[in-house]
Amino acid sequence: MTEIVPEKVRSILATDCGSTTTKAILIEKRDGEYRLIVRGEAPTTVEAPFEDVTMGALNAIAEVEELADRKLLDGSQIISPQTDAKTGVDIYISTSSAGGGLQMMVAAVVKSMTVESAQRAALGAGAIVMDAIASNDGRLAHEKIERIRQLRPDMILLAGGIDGGTVSHVVEMSELIGAADPRPRLGMSYRLPVIYAGNKDARAEIKQRLGEKTDLSIVDNLRPVLERENLIPARNKIHDLFMEHVMAQAPGYKKLMAWTDAPIMPTPGAVGKIIEAIAKLENIQVVGVDIGGATTDIFSVFSGVFNRTVSANLGMSYSVSNVLAEAGLENLMRWIPFDIDERDLRNRIKNKMIRPTTIPQSLQELIIEQAIAREALRLAFEHHKSLAVGLKGVQQERTISDAFSQSRSGETLVNLMALDMLVGSGGILSHAPRRHQAAVMLIDAFQPEGITRLAVDSIFMMPQLGVLSTLHPTAATEVFDKDCLIHLGTCIAPRGSGKPGAPCMQVSADLPNGEHREISLSLGEMYLLEAKVGETIQLTVNPHRGFDVGAGAGKSLAAKVSGGVVGVILDARGRPIALPADKPERVRKFQEWHKALSVYPEYSF
Amino acid sequence: MAHTYTPGLKVVERTVIRKRRILPLKGEVLVERGAAVRAEDVVAKTDLPGKVYPINVANILGIVPEDIEHFMLVKPGGVVEKDKPIAMTKGLWGFFKSSCFTPAEGTIENVSKVTGQVLVRGEPLPVSVDAYIDGIVVEVIENEGVVVEAQGAFVQGIFGVGGEACGVIRMVCSSPKEIMDRGSVPDDCKGQILVGGSLVTSDATKRAIELGAVGIVVGGLADQDLRDFLGYDIGVAITGSEQLGVTLVITEGFGEINMANSTFEILKSNEGRRASINGATQIRAGVLRPEVVIPLDASEVKQRTETEEKPSVGLQVGSEIRAIREPYFGRLGKVIALPPELRVLETESRVRVLEVEFDDGSKTVLPRANVEMIEH
Repeated sequence: MTEIVPEKVRSILATDCGSTTTKAILIEKRDGEYRLIVRGEAPTTVEAPFEDVTMGALNAIAEVEELADRKLLDGSQIISPQTDAKTGVDIYISTSSAGGGLQMMVAAVVKSMTVESAQRAALGAGAIVMDAIASNDGRLAHEKIERIRQLRPDMILLAGGIDGGTVSHVVEMSELIGAADPRPRLGMSYRLPVIYAGNKDARAEIKQRLGEKTDLSIVDNLRPVLERENLIPARNKIHDLFMEHVMAQAPGYKKLMAWTDAPIMPTPGAVGKIIEAIAKLENIQVVGVDIGGATTDIFSVFSGVFNRTVSANLGMSYSVSNVLAEAGLENLMRWIPFDIDERDLRNRIKNKMIRPTTIPQSLQELIIEQAIAREALRLAFEHHKSLAVGLKGVQQERTISDAFSQSRSGETLVNLMALDMLVGSGGILSHAPRRHQAAVMLIDAFQPEGITRLAVDSIFMMPQLGVLSTLHPTAATEVFDKDCLIHLGTCIAPRGSGKPGAPCMQVSADLPNGEHREISLSLGEMYLLEAKVGETIQLTVNPHRGFDVGAGAGKSLAAKVSGGVVGVILDARGRPIALPADKPERVRKFQEWHKALSVYPEYSF
Repeated sequence: MAHTYTPGLKVVERTVIRKRRILPLKGEVLVERGAAVRAEDVVAKTDLPGKVYPINVANILGIVPEDIEHFMLVKPGGVVEKDKPIAMTKGLWGFFKSSCFTPAEGTIENVSKVTGQVLVRGEPLPVSVDAYIDGIVVEVIENEGVVVEAQGAFVQGIFGVGGEACGVIRMVCSSPKEIMDRGSVPDDCKGQILVGGSLVTSDATKRAIELGAVGIVVGGLADQDLRDFLGYDIGVAITGSEQLGVTLVITEGFGEINMANSTFEILKSNEGRRASINGATQIRAGVLRPEVVIPLDASEVKQRTETEEKPSVGLQVGSEIRAIREPYFGRLGKVIALPPELRVLETESRVRVLEVEFDDGSKTVLPRANVEMIEH
């Protein structure tokens, strides 16, 4: 890696190797500021028959070359530094979640205690927990061994026992791992990294059993005493090993790592950096989501506390079938405003799973895919809400009674009424042909309450900007402000429920064009106020009795709200959103909402 | 997207196939290097440690964990019988005693003074590994297992369910377009691997299971039928341990879709031969695909030969393709143009496309991401 002098950087090339597609962006300094120039993409080539991630990266870069009319490649080498205005780039960086990201297995002694702590450590590090094995999980020893072999994780985190406690259980777990002699998922030629973060008295025994068979690292116990978790050393080690081993062994990554000017960052880590930066900069409560092909990552910042969860197996390609399995057909069908044969729908979803790079060609297919996305987002958000408390990323004190009662420590930090901004990223949101579709997907899935700004990552470039912020913060901030974040507008949604058609809210709005409008909405209605990016609307919302828009039930609220490419959406569907149970009525309502918000203007229902 | 790739499934008439057959724990290897083995021959065996039953004795007896040893009736290493007490309090003047019983027979493995937990280890379980394919043992991994090698045909599917099985290949459809229905399943299919065409119906699968067929290889399968058989939705594509009664290998996709001609022909030319089949699939990271292995007899193997795999060329005008997404899913055609500019689809997305002429002469425009090349 060469020394970077930020002021001298004229051009930046960044790739994000996702599980399905590899995205490349080109940033140039023009007229004194950094701007996004073009974006290219190509299928990720981490799998057979190519098994070389650089092929997909080069293909995506070749597309950038073509679109930008700029020579970036000399054969299969990136030309760096830039030699003239049309040749080469000064910086090349990359993020990656290819091959499904970092897939881990955790093993510990007691399911509801050390296993939970180990899971929290792994999740917080941006990993996917494929399975959690416990001494008392009801499976036979040989079943556990088979499972370890079958899943082929990238890494195993082994914990168990408090310091000074019994060593035999955790040693037994190490024996099972040793017996499985696990092979890593990517690359056959290296030993599987195992992190031991259990009872310190068992270290010698663990070393004896796993030292030769695996690439063993030993860190401080993540549960040194029953009432305290110490997750940071294990998390840091996971990050180090991800770079040193998993990345280095993934097909072609060694080559890719040699090309980049900064360490390759896991995609969730890079997106998290950007979300945290938004919250800090504007001092607001933010929820961000990155919905990918294999996983959905949710990030939140409430009261300054950053949380990240990775919902493995909720995604739009490899994991699309699991969205159906977890959400159930009924939940999925409720978002589809036309008749579709159940058998047909199932086949379509499964075919997307086995051929993940295909795209919707017909409007009907697009509507189906966006319906699935609502459920994937909803489920991932539920997951986030349930774990946001336990994943504070700092040492967490629990009392002995908490530890034994195995209860979640308190309420979730996620407060939808306090939420100021909801940011969406990932193919289905960033590439929705109409931004209105992205806005409605976000609202339907997250159901924000009160007044909430909505934004999407314009072309799915938050991961690249996240890693760029570590190398060149100015360029990252400039591109983020001007080219990345697309402000969709603001959603105004009272919390409460009632009979469909009952009065919900009255809104007095002073529009940017000077017009004054009085709008009265009944429960189950939606309305769009026009206000472009940079424009604001001064409005007063008078919720009906039983409805709360942020000032308390039935209390009016005056606010200046931001417009965007969509506008200001008045959502009087209540919270939680109650969809009509009767199908024809539901379809009629969808048509009404979609028309009001201009979601699918080309579709004749 | 400018590029499109097939999923990289291997379908070859003749290749060298090697299978590692490893015990889950160290044990005894029963065959020697060079030995000829049949798929069902056991090549290694071992005894696995039995199930572990954790019992929180301290909680049950209402004692503090540090004192647990005083109340144990059986010491670590001692043998216990099912439903017999392993620990007991002394009670008050010999009365009001509390006891703790073991749920299974086995040995006391550990008594923890920290958690008050006792681990009872059940009886060991014998486990063996078979050869899975007919072939020659080319490597013995001491105490762990063997590598079995064979030459023959090798067909990877795109998705499968069910584990390893072995049987004789039998064609039950005369063309890759034909649907395998109940009537296609012959009465005498016990122990056979049935090869269908474009789809296997739910009735045909049920009948094949009833009659004892061990495998079905087919172009397509309806997901609803799969769900009905399994009783649950397959969410994450990690399969192989399903108990369906038959191993299913789908070569093309879900729904009705013709089996690729080359696949059908390879299977047809091997009708009557013994084959091994495994439905185990892991889609993510492409580590594991379902497969059919059809080894040649030792007498037929004169020397090691492999069918050369043709290098993949990109999409060109004239390339044969298959549409892999609705509304044209499964249709075959030829590329007639590859316009370089982005086109607007009905969805309003702007993407790279190609123009195709389908087999029936009709022409249309497809996103390049929605086709798969058919390579011969």
